[in-house]
Amino acid sequence: MLTRRVIPCLDVKNGRNVRGVRFSADVDAGDPVELAARYDREGADELVFYDITASAEGRNIMVDLVERVASQVFIPLSVGGGVRTIDDMYLMLRSGAEKVSINSAAHRDPDLIRACADRFGSQCVVLSIDALRDPESDPPRWTIYLNGGRVRTELDAVETAQRGQDLGAGEIVLNSIDADGTREGYDVEFLRAVTESVSIPVVASGGAGSLEHLRDAVTLGNAHAVLAASIFHFEVYSVREAKEFMAASGIPMRLDPYR
Amino acid sequence: MIAVVDYGAGNIHSVARALKRVGAAFDVTAEPAAVAAADAVILPGVGAAADTMRGLRYARVDDPVVAAIARGVPYLGICMGLQVLFDRSEEDDDTPCLGVLPGDVVRFPEGLEVPHMGWNQVRQVENSPLFAGVPQDANFYFVHSYFARPSDPARVSGTTDYGLEFTSVVRRDHLYATQFHPEKSGLVGLRIYANFIRLAGQTPAPEFD
Repeated sequence: MLTRRVIPCLDVKNGRNVRGVRFSADVDAGDPVELAARYDREGADELVFYDITASAEGRNIMVDLVERVASQVFIPLSVGGGVRTIDDMYLMLRSGAEKVSINSAAHRDPDLIRACADRFGSQCVVLSIDALRDPESDPPRWTIYLNGGRVRTELDAVETAQRGQDLGAGEIVLNSIDADGTREGYDVEFLRAVTESVSIPVVASGGAGSLEHLRDAVTLGNAHAVLAASIFHFEVYSVREAKEFMAASGIPMRLDPYR
Repeated sequence: MIAVVDYGAGNIHSVARALKRVGAAFDVTAEPAAVAAADAVILPGVGAAADTMRGLRYARVDDPVVAAIARGVPYLGICMGLQVLFDRSEEDDDTPCLGVLPGDVVRFPEGLEVPHMGWNQVRQVENSPLFAGVPQDANFYFVHSYFARPSDPARVSGTTDYGLEFTSVVRRDHLYATQFHPEKSGLVGLRIYANFIRLAGQTPAPEFD
């Protein structure tokens, strides 16, 4: 049976791992290569690297970083942040990434999703969505923001997820800006709204603070995978503890002896 | 020397990194003569059947791969390197493949989420030297939308459950192929490579020996 995945996320700025709260404050949380190796030892099912500098210089640092991680860590690696063109995607895949996520550029120009999927296959194209819940709307509605939460659009997140699937995205990372970095739990209602609308895997992101949050994203939100940063970086929980807890809740997990 | 066949497959660097990690001596080569003369052959692969067959033909390594298998040298096919062994794939409006093993390759039925992407268990249905030291039902990383149906049940070496039970490992003598990606499957995946290089007469790095 296909297992659900636990994915530690490393936000990378100038080659260091950082962690922000609600997309802003930076706290240095260590060397990404060391962290990646630790997560692998603990049984991470996949690793995500987000380049939060997203400049040309940042991209070169990222390529180097992915190459270094890929020579030590033999699980799927995903890269995101500042990917604007097919060439950006190619560079990341060549450096050892299994998947590449596109965010702002894909929302500005959805054809980019199709072009990348045609060229490299849907399995490596991840559509990343950052959204904020509209405070007034009933039924609930989530609106997409670009550039790391700084630019509001008129795009509805659920419709955008469906269109992304139609254009060839192989997976969706759903990040709730409201919940990001708060450790108060994923927006399960948001997850459910999207997982009920698409048939490709959806990864929950933003807000994990406890093991119950990870479990609820899967059992209540039907997420295929849970992505988390702070709780793993600061060793609140280990990846292994998270997976064992989820397995004990009846979720199929990969619990092979890791070492 | 182990020849890792370079015909433009996207995962060749990952395969090379994993081989390096387990201490293999290998050549990444697109040279037909080198493939035909190799002591062992690894055929990586990712993507679509028609692209893979086109890549093999364009590099003129299709016949040398078949010849190496016929000579009986150890062969390891990965993902598309498993699928192209069969007669044909229904991908891309029916793609004729290498025809080394009787059988075909078909898409997962409607109703299942495709691609089958993530970690899933491999049930070993025989004692294969490729799986020496790998626990029963260990998890491996899969990414694929099509799966092989060998005509001869004796070729099935491992199976996986994804709504239906499909063949995830095939074997005939020293021909081995996995639908999953051992190079992305953590330590059990590296174990597969270590076992293969031993079959090819090499000694893996101490921690994998």
